[in-house]
Amino acid sequence: MTDTTAPVAFPQSRTCPFHPPAGYEPLRAERPLTRITLFDGREAWLVTGHATARALLADPRLSSNRDRPGFPAPTARFAGVRNRRTALLGVDDPEHRAQRRMVAGDFTLKRAVELRPRIQRIVDERLDAMIAQGPPTDLVSAFALPVPSMVICALLGVPYADHDFFETQSRRLLRGPETADVLDARGRLEAYFGELIDRKRKAPGTGLLDDLVHRQPSDGPLDREGLIALALILLVAGHETTANMISLGTFTLLQHPERLAELRADPELVPAAVEELMRMLSIADGLLRLAVEDIEVAGTTIRKGDGVVFATSVINRDESVYPEPDTLDWNRPARHHVAFGFGIHQCLGQNLARAELEIALRTLFDRLPTLRLAAPAEEIPFKPGDTIQGMLELPVSW
Amino acid sequence: MRIDIDKDVCIGAGQCALTAPDVFTQDDDGYSTLLPGREDGGGSPLLREAARACPVSAITVSETVS
Repeated sequence: MTDTTAPVAFPQSRTCPFHPPAGYEPLRAERPLTRITLFDGREAWLVTGHATARALLADPRLSSNRDRPGFPAPTARFAGVRNRRTALLGVDDPEHRAQRRMVAGDFTLKRAVELRPRIQRIVDERLDAMIAQGPPTDLVSAFALPVPSMVICALLGVPYADHDFFETQSRRLLRGPETADVLDARGRLEAYFGELIDRKRKAPGTGLLDDLVHRQPSDGPLDREGLIALALILLVAGHETTANMISLGTFTLLQHPERLAELRADPELVPAAVEELMRMLSIADGLLRLAVEDIEVAGTTIRKGDGVVFATSVINRDESVYPEPDTLDWNRPARHHVAFGFGIHQCLGQNLARAELEIALRTLFDRLPTLRLAAPAEEIPFKPGDTIQGMLELPVSW
Repeated sequence: MRIDIDKDVCIGAGQCALTAPDVFTQDDDGYSTLLPGREDGGGSPLLREAARACPVSAITVSETVS
């Protein structure tokens, strides 16, 4: 940290979709903490060491409230959004705690286990349809996106018939390209959930949103706007992230035929493989916080007002925790990775995500043993570095 | 072993139940709780691993002083 070269730019795009950007390589020598330059020239801290990341992600002196002045922005379109109204992941305790407690019971390990037969049915039906249509196909639109979309719709009580609408608007909310797209998409999604919640108030159904609407006392902590914000984040986070893990996970397995053969030979390895894929792929790469007090860490002082960014792709390849971190290895203990974050904001849907990934990947390769890429790997487009990582398309044949 | 779960801190992430399912489970609201008869950890080798997996350090494991 005493060298005089300009800090590395963050975020950067990956060169290979399952490895961190080549431009992050120097950061490995800068563990556990270094400086980066954000898109607007502002500098921030980048956390790169595993132990330091776990300590800081659990530190209440780092705020997740994106409305605070000085909150770090990875892109111009992020910076352009004021009054973000982001439930759960954009609020601090005690507000965060009140929101999380309203839904924690619906995302337990037990609930995820109960949902498995339903997830299996959805996965089977999507594969039936894909096989009936025949190869080649785009696995993103035929499988990776519809599976989690259908699962979260069933869980929340959102009509899947509206999926074109909310998938399109979620994409614009997360990827713009412009601030205007983000704001417009958010407005449309909020209007959609407002109407849906009003309908559910009159005629309750059986989903989580129905429960929330009816469980919610009129003087409770969540007003109509609060319910809309919560519904929006559950839907968006519930399908985009898992869709990316399915598409990128499939691509990664197809590029590692020996690892794939091991999985086929021993399906008991699937849960460990899902954990290792999450460590390796770290699709939410660049978690954002703002220091609201001075923090002494790793011989340095993070000052109040400093932006702090967590490069999960670099943290999850900390050699001191994961030997040969760039190698995919089903037998390593991949536990304690921070792909789902850590601290109070650790992914609410992680148990559901694990169940979906295990069932989707196992069944996909089971049903289609000859699955292969239908285009040269290096020509298949994936997402830029300023958003959640995943494949834009995945042309496959079998 | 003595196991303390701070329910004011627990966020219901379920990592304890995932790591050491022979000791921990979650109640209907998501809170971590000990399985009946496993209040002392039942000798589970994954007990400390489960405490370490908790994202909010809600679980404390200590040797029982006899």
